[in-house]
Amino acid sequence: MINIETHIEEEDHIIMVEGDVDASSSIHLDEALTELANDDSVKFILVDGTQLNYISSAGLGVFMSYIDDFKNKNIKMVIYGLSEKVLNVFQILGLDQLMTIVTDKKEAKEKLHEIQS
Amino acid sequence: MISEKGLLRLSLLFAILCWLSLVLADLFLLFAEINEADAGITKEIPQLLLSLFIILVYFFFKIRIQKAESINFIDLLWHVFSTGLIVSLVQLAVSLFFYLLSDSKLMQNPLMVNFFYHINLGAIIVFLISTFIVWKRLILYQKNKRLLIIWQIFEYSLLATLLYSFFQIGSQQWLFNGLLGVFILYGLVLSFNLKWIAYLNFKQKWRSILLLALVILYLYYFINNLFGFSQEFNLIMDLLDNVFILSIAGFIFLYALISILVILFNLPTSSVFEQKISEVLNFQRLSQSIQKGDSENQVYEVLLESSNNAVFSTSAWLEIHQNGEPYDILKSNITDLKINQVRKSIQDSGIFSYLNKHRANDFQKDLNLNKLTANLNDPDYGSVLVMPLVIQDRQIGLLVVLKDVSDGFNKEMINIISSFVNQACISIENFELLTEVLKNERYREELKIASRVQKSLLPHSLISDKEFEMHAFYESADEVGGDYYDFFKTAEHKTAVIIGDVSGKGTSASFNMSQMKGVFHSLVQFDLDSKAFFTRANHALGHCLEKTSFITAAYYIINSQDKSISFSRAGHCPGLYFNKKEGKAEYFHNKGMGLGIVRNDSFKKFIDISKINYNSGDILFLYTDGIIEASNQEGEEFGYDRLSSYLEQNSEKKSEEIQDGLIKYLYDFIGTENLEDDYTALIIRFL
Repeated sequence: MINIETHIEEEDHIIMVEGDVDASSSIHLDEALTELANDDSVKFILVDGTQLNYISSAGLGVFMSYIDDFKNKNIKMVIYGLSEKVLNVFQILGLDQLMTIVTDKKEAKEKLHEIQS
Repeated sequence: MISEKGLLRLSLLFAILCWLSLVLADLFLLFAEINEADAGITKEIPQLLLSLFIILVYFFFKIRIQKAESINFIDLLWHVFSTGLIVSLVQLAVSLFFYLLSDSKLMQNPLMVNFFYHINLGAIIVFLISTFIVWKRLILYQKNKRLLIIWQIFEYSLLATLLYSFFQIGSQQWLFNGLLGVFILYGLVLSFNLKWIAYLNFKQKWRSILLLALVILYLYYFINNLFGFSQEFNLIMDLLDNVFILSIAGFIFLYALISILVILFNLPTSSVFEQKISEVLNFQRLSQSIQKGDSENQVYEVLLESSNNAVFSTSAWLEIHQNGEPYDILKSNITDLKINQVRKSIQDSGIFSYLNKHRANDFQKDLNLNKLTANLNDPDYGSVLVMPLVIQDRQIGLLVVLKDVSDGFNKEMINIISSFVNQACISIENFELLTEVLKNERYREELKIASRVQKSLLPHSLISDKEFEMHAFYESADEVGGDYYDFFKTAEHKTAVIIGDVSGKGTSASFNMSQMKGVFHSLVQFDLDSKAFFTRANHALGHCLEKTSFITAAYYIINSQDKSISFSRAGHCPGLYFNKKEGKAEYFHNKGMGLGIVRNDSFKKFIDISKINYNSGDILFLYTDGIIEASNQEGEEFGYDRLSSYLEQNSEKKSEEIQDGLIKYLYDFIGTENLEDDYTALIIRFL
């Protein structure tokens, strides 16, 4: 089961991902990210992973596929609030070296603006 | 056992013998009487022979005349008619003979008269018995237990009256009349079992009336003949004294008479019965047509034809829809031009808009059948009935039935058409489901082949070396999986081992896995170090993996010369290493990056190269994330700690035992053998 909600705080678009992201549910994550990638007004994306219970390789593949896209479009993305288990999955694959992953929202917002400046 | 045919012949033979003996015995008695001599045989002997003859004839026809089926009523009646015809001809011949020789002395001879009487007697008995058996078959058509018992009482007591003849010396007229009266009454009651008549069609009814009337005519002629003989001549044996014969004759007459009357009264309604029967048959055709391997089109044809016949429609057409659009049309007595005209009239009647409303609702609500018929403003047609063909929530067709009179469709007709349409839809749905099952079966077969091919991509036999022993376990969740392991001896003292996992699972993962195998076997030949191997592999795979796909892998080079392992990790789960000296199992902490994630030259900066030395008894345990992420009912993962402590506790065991124990531990933990992911484990123990 997966639940994805997007809302806007000032200039930041926040995607809340809740539940398990596996091969079938990763499609919804992909849809949400595509929508943001195609929206020219979007410059800052925060991924709220506090409710993310599990992510499969297919789910990681979705994040991975947007790294270059976002870089080209000058969109900044920060992931925060991952549980130790989920974070470990990102780390083992090496994605933590390509994406900004922080512990909480406050830090994430700081990181987003630090990158900007 | 004697066959039926043998019994038939035997009874015929004995019947003829009995009749001949009867003739001889009677003539002998008569001769003795005339000459006032002692015949030496009693009067009971001919009676016995007559009874025997009757029983044998009875037995013969009982076998001969088959059971009544709805198709052979007329055949049965025809049989009676033809038997009667032959018997009549015999009697006519005898009469003709008497007529021609009426003046001659010969005819005054009682022996001669009695001889001819016996010919008549035999023929009449044959007719009576055979007709009686036919009547029995007709009465017992669609029998129930009660009817069967009533009939059997009748039949057996009739046969029992054959005994009566033996006691008639004291000829008690009142007993004779009484018995006759009882049997005729009993026969009258039985004569009202006429279920077979309902199954005759109009034409058959007329023929039945004719045949039955002829039976009555025969009977009259025969009985009249018997009376004639009885009155005119002195007979040694008079059939009219026989209760059995008279009762049967009476019964045959009554049944024929009542049948004729009932058929006559049934004539006007027979078309309705025929209609009902044809509806039932059509219904059967609709439900069976698919099973006989016909195509959907044949169901449509049967539907159109049966609906047409069921309501006596003037014209009809059946539109067959595909993806919501009409793509074919079956017509009955109507042209395309006319269809277009009529369609406009139907549009005006509001039926189409009613149907559209239901279609928009996906036919979730039941249709009000009365709203599907309307009167038309058309020169040729007065009324129309429109019935959609719906399977679940999609319309697969539209049946339009037209009549030249207004208000042509009553509730009954609408219901029968609706049932036809429903039955056709069920047939077609079954057909579709069956086709789908067959298709899926084919896919399953293909997958089985794919699974076999994929298994063959993994090493067939594991390497055995002086330096180490190896054990592997592989299980995929689907028919095909995305896990991969392999090894290659690059030199006498060097073995390269790879374990990998393709993102996603199932078919797409298995394709990428086979690419990984290709990459491994191409690059391993160059004897590269693990970092160079991954850099080139990433480059190669970057060109062929989809945007969202990646592969994690770990590459180990075991060098038995300096007892070392050098290795790199490309995003794969860190290897577990058991150090015997320390008695501890630990995961490697080297940096890494999955293949296909960074598709440019910067990839190499994410890859570390590490090297350790091994000692005898150490274990290198390689695995895929399926093992770590396997979770139990509570959602708890098997995890890294369970795996490492398992290895520590079981390090002394043989590789095979470690592997088997781990699999059991894992399955016990998740509580089922339904895999969520692919599992691979590779155990390398250094000797």
